[in-house]
Amino acid sequence: MTVKPRYLVLLLFILLVGSDPIYAANKPVDPKILHIINRLSFGAKPGEIQKVESLGVERYIKAQLSPNSISESPSLTRQLSQLETLNLNTVELRNYLKAPPQATPEEKKALQRRGGKILQEAVKARLLRATSSNRQLQEVMVDFWYNHFNVYSGKGNARYWVGAYEQEAIRPYALGRFRDLLGATAHHPAMLVYLDNSQNKASRRPGATPRVNENYARELMELHTLGADGGYTQQDVITLARIFTGWGIARPGQQTNGKSVFYFDPKFHDPNDKVFLGRTIKASGQAEGEQALDILAQSPATAHHISYQLAQYFVSDRPPASLVDRLAQRFRNTDGNIRAVLETLFQSPEFWDKKYFNAKFKTPFQYTVSAVRATGLEVNNTIPLSRNLEQLEMPVYGCRTPDGYKNTQDVWLNPEAMNRRLNFATALGSGRLPLLGTANNQPKNKSINPVQPLDATQLINTLGNSLSPKTQSAIAASPPELKAALVLGSPEFMRR
Amino acid sequence: MKRRDFLIQAGLFSTTAIASVSCNTWVVHSATKKSDRQRLIVIFMRGGADGLNIVVPYAEPAYYQARPKIALAKPGQEKGVLDLDGHFGLHPALAPLMPFWQQGNLAFVHAAGSPDPSRSHFDAQFYMEIGIPGNQRVSEGWMNRLMGAISNKTPIQAVSVGTTKPRILNGQMPVANLASGRNANKPIAIDRPQVSAAFDRLYGGNDTLSQTYHQGRVAREALMTDLAQEMKMANNGAPLPDGFAGDAQRLGKLMAKDPRIELGFMALGGWDTHVNQGSDRGYLARGLGSLGKGLAALAQSLGPTYQNTVILVMSEFGRTLRENGNGGTDHGHGNVMWVLGGKVRGGKVYGEWPGLETAQLYEKRDLAVTTDFRDVISDVLARHLSVNDTQLSKVFPSYTPKQKIALL
Repeated sequence: MTVKPRYLVLLLFILLVGSDPIYAANKPVDPKILHIINRLSFGAKPGEIQKVESLGVERYIKAQLSPNSISESPSLTRQLSQLETLNLNTVELRNYLKAPPQATPEEKKALQRRGGKILQEAVKARLLRATSSNRQLQEVMVDFWYNHFNVYSGKGNARYWVGAYEQEAIRPYALGRFRDLLGATAHHPAMLVYLDNSQNKASRRPGATPRVNENYARELMELHTLGADGGYTQQDVITLARIFTGWGIARPGQQTNGKSVFYFDPKFHDPNDKVFLGRTIKASGQAEGEQALDILAQSPATAHHISYQLAQYFVSDRPPASLVDRLAQRFRNTDGNIRAVLETLFQSPEFWDKKYFNAKFKTPFQYTVSAVRATGLEVNNTIPLSRNLEQLEMPVYGCRTPDGYKNTQDVWLNPEAMNRRLNFATALGSGRLPLLGTANNQPKNKSINPVQPLDATQLINTLGNSLSPKTQSAIAASPPELKAALVLGSPEFMRR
Repeated sequence: MKRRDFLIQAGLFSTTAIASVSCNTWVVHSATKKSDRQRLIVIFMRGGADGLNIVVPYAEPAYYQARPKIALAKPGQEKGVLDLDGHFGLHPALAPLMPFWQQGNLAFVHAAGSPDPSRSHFDAQFYMEIGIPGNQRVSEGWMNRLMGAISNKTPIQAVSVGTTKPRILNGQMPVANLASGRNANKPIAIDRPQVSAAFDRLYGGNDTLSQTYHQGRVAREALMTDLAQEMKMANNGAPLPDGFAGDAQRLGKLMAKDPRIELGFMALGGWDTHVNQGSDRGYLARGLGSLGKGLAALAQSLGPTYQNTVILVMSEFGRTLRENGNGGTDHGHGNVMWVLGGKVRGGKVYGEWPGLETAQLYEKRDLAVTTDFRDVISDVLARHLSVNDTQLSKVFPSYTPKQKIALL
C-alpha cells in the first residue's frame, strides 16, 4: 500500500495529539465536500477530500463534467493496456473467435478459453476503472447508462459483445448527446442480440401475416426512452418493430463498415409506409429506424423519463418533482445534452438540500467499489470483488432483465444482504482479500497479499471524520483487528 | 431455553430488552402449538411463461393453426402432450408432475391473469406482486401484507430464496433470505461470535438499518441451525444439488423442520421466449423440465408438511397465441396458474375457457383472462390459511373476489 506524504504528516499529527486515535480531535469535514464526492464519484479515496477542498466544489464539478481535462492514473492506463481483448471491436472479436478449418480438439479448447477471456477482461476493466479512475463521474455515468440500456451477458453471444458494447456504445456518450447514445445502443450487436432485434424480420412472402419480434421495440419505448406511461399503444409497439425489421448482424460474407458487425438487410425489411406515434414514416429502409429514434429522443416524455432517473440516481429515491421538471426542460432546450442536464442538476437547490446528504443507500456495486477506494489499495486482482458482487446479486453485466439494476434502497436493503455486506467489510478490513496479486501471480502468495488488518484511523480520516459518536464508540469498544471492518461496515458507509 | 430461540421469538426488540427478561417459558409453548401450521409457497415464473404450451388446449384446432412450428402434438402421438382431461394436455417435460395430477393433488386454473392490459414485464410483475393491478403508488407486496394478517411474529415467518428482496415480500414485516446454491449454509465471517458481537454494538439502534441487521442475524442463525441439523440427519452429509431443484429442496426441508416458516417464495427466470421457444424440446421445455423436477423435489422434501402446504405457481402474463417469425411468442395476456398441495382438490383444470378463435381472443391476439389472479390467491388464502374477509381486504385492498373457485 502506498501512503501519500501528506497523509503521513496527518497520521503523525494524530499519533502526537491523542492516545486513542479514534478520538483524535480531527475537525469533521464540510458535509458539502463529502456530499459532492459521494455523488459524483464512487466515494473518497485517501487524499481525495483534501484535493476537493483545495480545488473548490465548483471547479471539481466542472472538471468531472469534462473527463478529458483530467489526467488519467498511469497505473490504471498500464493495467488496462494489459487486457488483450478490451479494445477489440465486434469485427475483430469475431475474428478473434474464428475457428480454423478442421480445428483440432486442442484448438477448440483454446478458442473456448479465448471466449471466456473476453468477458473476464471486460469485468476486470469495469472494476479497475470504477475503483481507480480519476475520471470518476465518467465511471458513475457508465454505471448509470449501462443499467439504463442494460444488456445481459448470459443471453447467447452477448457474452462476447457486452465489453465492446460498453466501450463503443456507452462510454463515449456517457456525458454526450442522448440521441447519440440511443443510436449507438440501437445499432450495437450486443443490444441486437439481447432484445432479439436481430431476429426481427418481415415476412418475405407477399400477403403473409407480418410476424415481427416486438421485444426491442417495446423496451426501447418503455425503458430506454418514453417510459411506461409515455403515451404509446400496443399498435405503436408493433409498428416500431416493423420499422426495425431488417436490422441485424452480418453473416459471414456480408459486407459491413469494418468496425461493427451491424448489418441492415433490406430483404427482411417491411417495405410499407408506417404510422408511428401519430406520425407518418415513409418507407425508406434503415432510415425509418433512424427517424423513429429521432422522434423518441425528441419526445418530452423521454426528457421527463431520463430526468426522473438521473434525479433518482443522484438525489433521492423519490426525487422532487420540481427538480425533475427543471432537468426535463434543460434536456429539451439542449437537445438532450447530458452534460448540460447534469450541470443543472449539480447546481440545483434540491441537490444541495441537506436532507439528501448521505441519504442514498449504496447499491452492492457502489458499496463494494467505495469500500475498496477508501482503503487506497492498488487493486490488481478483481476476482474477490466480482465474487462479492455475485453474492450480493449484482454481478457486472449480469442483470437478466432489460430494466437494469435499480439504485433504490427498497431493492437492496434486506436482512441477508446486510449479512453479506458486513461479511465483505470484515474480509476487506481484516486484510483477507487478495486484491493486490494478479490472477496469474498467485493471489494467495502471502508476500504479495499479507493478511494484515487495515488501519482504522486512516480509513476514518479518508472518509472525513464523519462517523457518528455512536459508531465511534462501537469501534472503540471493539478489538483492534476488527476496527477497520467496522468502519467499512458502519451505517454511515452503507449510504452515500 | 437457548438464547437463540428467545431472540427469534423476541423478534425485533432491541438487545437491551432481551437482556432484561430472564425466563420465558411461554415461548417454547407457543412455538410447539403452531407446529401444524398451514404453509404457502409461491413460485413466480419471471418473463411471461407461455401457458398455452404448458397446459395445452390440444382439442382446439385454432391452437394448431396459430403455432405451426411450436405446437405440441396431441396425446398418444409421438412427443405428444400428457392428457389431462380430454381437452387439455400437459407439456411432456412436466412428466414428473403427472403422479400429483393422478393423485388429485395438482390443479390448474386456465385463462387466469391480471385485468390490467399491460404487456410490460415490469409493470405486470409489479401489479401481480403488489396485488393491485394498475396501481403504481403502493410499494408493498401482497405476501408481506398477508404476513401482517396472519403474523406469528417471527423473523423467519417468510423465507425468500436469494439475497434480494422480491417485490411480493416488500413491506413492513421482516423477511428472511435463504442464499441460493449449495453453499447456502456455509459459515461466513460474520457468523463468528466475536465479529457479530462487534457489529451488534454498531447496529444497536432502532433505525431501519439496525432493524434490518437484527432481522438478518436472527434469521441467519435460525436458518443455519436448521439447515445444519437437517443436512446431518437426512443426507449423511451429501450436498443437495445446485440450481432450482436444490434450492427448492432446501426450502422444503427448512419448512418441514421449522414450523415458524409459514410462507416461502422462489422466483425462476428464463420464460421470455421471443425466439426459438421449441415445442417438446428446446428452450421452454428445458425450463419446464427444471421447474417440474424442482416442484417434485419440493413436495417430497416437505415430507408430512406437504399435507399442510399449498404451492402456487404463477407468471406475469401469457404469450401471444400465434407464434412469431422466430419460432417464439411475444408478450400476451391470459395464462395458466398452477396449484399443488396435499389438500388441493386437483386433477381438474379450473376456470372458464374463453376459446381461441380470433373473436374470442383478447385484442384478437392473446388468450383472454376469465379468472382474476386474485380470485385464485384469495381462494387459497381463505380455505387454506383461514384468512377471513376482513384480513383478505387488507391483502387485496378494494377488491372483492368475483368467484369462489373452491380449490381446497
